[in-house]
Amino acid sequence: MIPAAFDYVRAEDVRTALTALADGGEDAKVLAGGQSLIPMLRLRLAAPTLLVDVGGVGELRGVRDDGDALVIGSMTTHDELMNDALVREHAPLVAQAAATVADRQVRHVGTFGGSLAHADPAGDLPGVTLALDATFSVMGPGGARDVPASEFFVDYLTTALRPDDLLISVRVPKLPGWRTHYEKFQQAAQAWAVVGVATAVRRSNGTVDEARVALTSMGSTPVRAHTVEAALAGAPATADALAEAAGRAADGTTPMSDGIASADYRSHLARVLTRRALEAATG
Amino acid sequence: MTRISMTVDGVRYDDDVEPRTLLVHHLRNRLGKVGTVVGCDTSNCGSCTVLLSGRSVKSCSLLAVQADGVDITTVEGLAGRDGELHPVQLAFHESHALQCGFCTPGMIMAAVDLLTENPDPSDTEIREGLEGNLCRCTGYQNIVRAVHAAATSMRTSVPSTPEAAGAPAPSMGEEVTT
Repeated sequence: MIPAAFDYVRAEDVRTALTALADGGEDAKVLAGGQSLIPMLRLRLAAPTLLVDVGGVGELRGVRDDGDALVIGSMTTHDELMNDALVREHAPLVAQAAATVADRQVRHVGTFGGSLAHADPAGDLPGVTLALDATFSVMGPGGARDVPASEFFVDYLTTALRPDDLLISVRVPKLPGWRTHYEKFQQAAQAWAVVGVATAVRRSNGTVDEARVALTSMGSTPVRAHTVEAALAGAPATADALAEAAGRAADGTTPMSDGIASADYRSHLARVLTRRALEAATG
Repeated sequence: MTRISMTVDGVRYDDDVEPRTLLVHHLRNRLGKVGTVVGCDTSNCGSCTVLLSGRSVKSCSLLAVQADGVDITTVEGLAGRDGELHPVQLAFHESHALQCGFCTPGMIMAAVDLLTENPDPSDTEIREGLEGNLCRCTGYQNIVRAVHAAATSMRTSVPSTPEAAGAPAPSMGEEVTT
């Protein structure tokens, strides 16, 4: 199938991209890797009047060590995230989840920022940024601003980005002393998460000091399982305590029923996968 | 229309394209590279896989304008100039790694990319490495065997040409404007 016609601007840098977006109005759209957008264009589920291609904007690509955090450029590909030495050392949850995104071909082109801005509730990386309390660096006509992950994902395919905003980079805290794990359940033939669970756990001796749990595909945005987190704070790091806390993973969530799984089954998966993810991040 | 320039299988092409043109349609309809096929048109099947700067991509999920200035290798560019098959092509032939053959161009390109990164993959690594390619005849057993065979032959033989090592064919200095 063939996308509807649109105008096209190849941005040379962030400034020209922002100008093009501002001129393009509300039906202008950023083209990152295009691995979510182009399938939607092809099916004519989206019909922007203008695409601003930031594929050639070098300043949006790459990973930088910024002391207590990594700054990951929005155009860094999933393949680069998986293989980047800084990401593997300081944000292994990002590398682990990126490796589960789609397939090799898509990971070679699809980008971190693109998948975050697309905000598919079944996407793997939104939940990961939520679990890591990442901060999104956004540039718009009014200048730069920072948006915490907890405020970035607004609704199904909807973020705090305005039509003339560009996601520049994501600041991911290093979390020394924490262990992390991404647990994902997917159909054999495709890599969308039926449910995914991103966890980060800080423990001392036999006690969980702090745990964070973010769920993929359990609502119209990724969500933190706050009840599980509260149950784990100060709890013994035993299999029983982890299992009991994980049993509350679906509390307060609003999972979809679709052709792949019912809402009840997703709730079941959330509980089971949360237990597995916590065991992996605690063991 | 947007002016793009790309090198495909060693030949440079300069073209004006509509921005909405998918790379696979550009390759097939404009450049005549019909060895690259459209299977599912939904990004799932991988039949349209080509190498972009040496890395596998699904050409149905890229716009032609995104490949501006880039080196592309399609299945038609793998064989040596004398027609000698690439080790992966040869292994698919010898291991009978195809039934209807529709997925084969994409499978071969994905396998070339996989072996570039991992010259000695396990069965699991091959299956996971080819997860973006579907064979609707479900002929996966022989595909995995073929990738093993190709890996062995590529590790043990010194390639006689850069093409045989899986590298994109060098430009032959030709230039085509369509």
